[in-house]
Amino acid sequence: MIFPMLSEAWAAMGANRLRTFLTMLGMIIGVGAVILMLAIGQGVRSQVESSIASMGSNLFIILSGSTTSGGVRMGGGATPTLTLADAQAIEELPGVSAIAPSAPGTAQIVYGSNNWSTQVIGTTPSYLQVRDWTLASGAPFTDADVRSATRVALLGQTVVENLFGNDDPTGKTIRIKNSPYLVLGVLAEKGQSLDGRDQDDTVLIPVTTAQRKLFGTQFQGTVRFMMAQAESAAVMPEVEKEMADLLRQRHHIREGEDDDFSIRNLTALMNTAATTAQVLSLMLGAIASISLVVGGIGIMNIMLVSVTERTREIGIRMAIGARGRDVLLQFLLEAIMISLIGCIIGVLLGVGGALLVSKVSGMSVIVTAPSIVMSFGVAAAIGIFFGWYPARKASRLKPIDALRYQ
Amino acid sequence: MKEQAGDPVIRIERLHKAYDTDAGPVPVLHGLDVSVTPGEFVAIMGPSGSGKSTFMNILGCLDVASSGTYLLNGRDVNAQSRDELAHLRNEVIGFVFQGFNLLPRANLEDNVALPLIYSRVPRAERVARAQEMLGKVGLGKYGRSFPNQISGGQQQRVAIARALVNRPKLILADEPTGNLDTRTSKEIMALFSELNQRDGITIVLVTHEPDIAGYARRLVRLSDGLIVYDGPVEHASAQHLEATS
Repeated sequence: MIFPMLSEAWAAMGANRLRTFLTMLGMIIGVGAVILMLAIGQGVRSQVESSIASMGSNLFIILSGSTTSGGVRMGGGATPTLTLADAQAIEELPGVSAIAPSAPGTAQIVYGSNNWSTQVIGTTPSYLQVRDWTLASGAPFTDADVRSATRVALLGQTVVENLFGNDDPTGKTIRIKNSPYLVLGVLAEKGQSLDGRDQDDTVLIPVTTAQRKLFGTQFQGTVRFMMAQAESAAVMPEVEKEMADLLRQRHHIREGEDDDFSIRNLTALMNTAATTAQVLSLMLGAIASISLVVGGIGIMNIMLVSVTERTREIGIRMAIGARGRDVLLQFLLEAIMISLIGCIIGVLLGVGGALLVSKVSGMSVIVTAPSIVMSFGVAAAIGIFFGWYPARKASRLKPIDALRYQ
Repeated sequence: MKEQAGDPVIRIERLHKAYDTDAGPVPVLHGLDVSVTPGEFVAIMGPSGSGKSTFMNILGCLDVASSGTYLLNGRDVNAQSRDELAHLRNEVIGFVFQGFNLLPRANLEDNVALPLIYSRVPRAERVARAQEMLGKVGLGKYGRSFPNQISGGQQQRVAIARALVNRPKLILADEPTGNLDTRTSKEIMALFSELNQRDGITIVLVTHEPDIAGYARRLVRLSDGLIVYDGPVEHASAQHLEATS
């Protein structure tokens, strides 16, 4: 029963090709737009998510400052108030799995005839754990290196490329501000951060080396910021409060006085970014869906015209034995066929468009299987939904009225 | 007529039909009593507006009576659902129209096979039976042609093949020669006579031409919604046989 009806639906579509194509165009554009928009949204989302993953998980950043000096309020981090002793005290807190005090600065690095200006971060071995960072080769420096302030360094990929090209830098000696440093290893590639900075353009050295030998500071033993990692997302609010209490106590800040440090929950900030990306992707999809609905209305419109035009044909069919449901099925199949074929072309165009966008703009665009499956489902549903009314209208005609229709 | 052997194919008693219009019901048929037994060949004549087309549409289950009884093969047509009426049109009745009413987009074979689709006949058998029927009406070679590629007489033959394809006991023809020239009309009527005499198919046809009515054996003449003559064609007076268009 279905098969002859399918071939009849096919023939009916072929009878007025231009009109069928224009009707399909609504579906094609709708489905294509949904696929493309979802792909772009998904691309943005995955970019944000990979940046977040590269940042490290359950992360706090503790900044020193702001202090007031003679009525002039300094910005956060202007005056280092956090010390390595603070870091050790925080590490003892329950719920804190690692802490990495950081003393960053910029320095010129020289190897052979190459030189490169980059960010040098003085920190502890925990930094790698906090940032979920692994080594591509070599070994990390140790707590012993930190204690004795040795001149050793770990290089980011960008630094390696600029100074060494394709050579392996492990075991080589570089010069930072004219002092020799032994390269212990190379950091794995991490890519861009959320704000677009190149995270691989960096050099890690022991925090003590940075403080005493490289940058030198008027406040011995202080750091500009610390990164702390909580054991789980669940304990983060509690850990945040405990760290604040501990630091206020250690810095002798009385009730009612402003903190001389600030704690930021980086993971929460990132999650906000991720949510924003998700909302963006949903919105793109929703806007594209509107065109899908408009396409569906186009199908309904044409099917209504078709039922009117073919009233006599319906009458003939009924006169030779077609039941209401046979006529209903015939028109419904036609509507579904138009929307499904439109959907297939739309998927092809959408995927093609996504590839084109990623090629032209360099944006990451991800076409997911669920979005294609969903498009097919929605297209079939639209065919049934918008084809139902015209088909039912056809099936309810009285044979004699349909036959007499001119 | 009732004294003939066999149960009647058609049995109609006190059949009334009125059309509902904005100005109220307009009566068309005023109580008809007719029986048709298997194997009969009946011509229905009457002037325009006498209700013969309305009567034919009711016979063909395309329209329903306002009151009265219509038994088709012993089944009360007025009590049938829409689907059951479709089934009657599909398997019990073969309808032939004045305007042929073929589907222009389908080839002749598909046109003839169409009723079989609705009675769920498998494809191979549909094709075989459509071929057989086309052969029977002398168009066996034209299965792949389309209705607009053949003459009016040939189209009517295809329509007859379509009416026959489900092997009905009853053929209803509403002015089957109305759109055809005299020579072609004769061929079509010869085909009807053959179906009636050789295959024993009951035929009821509406016409306004005495020549065409002459092929039948029984004449029913309507005037203003009433039967004014019902008897053998050869006994009908010239007045009852006169052209009515």
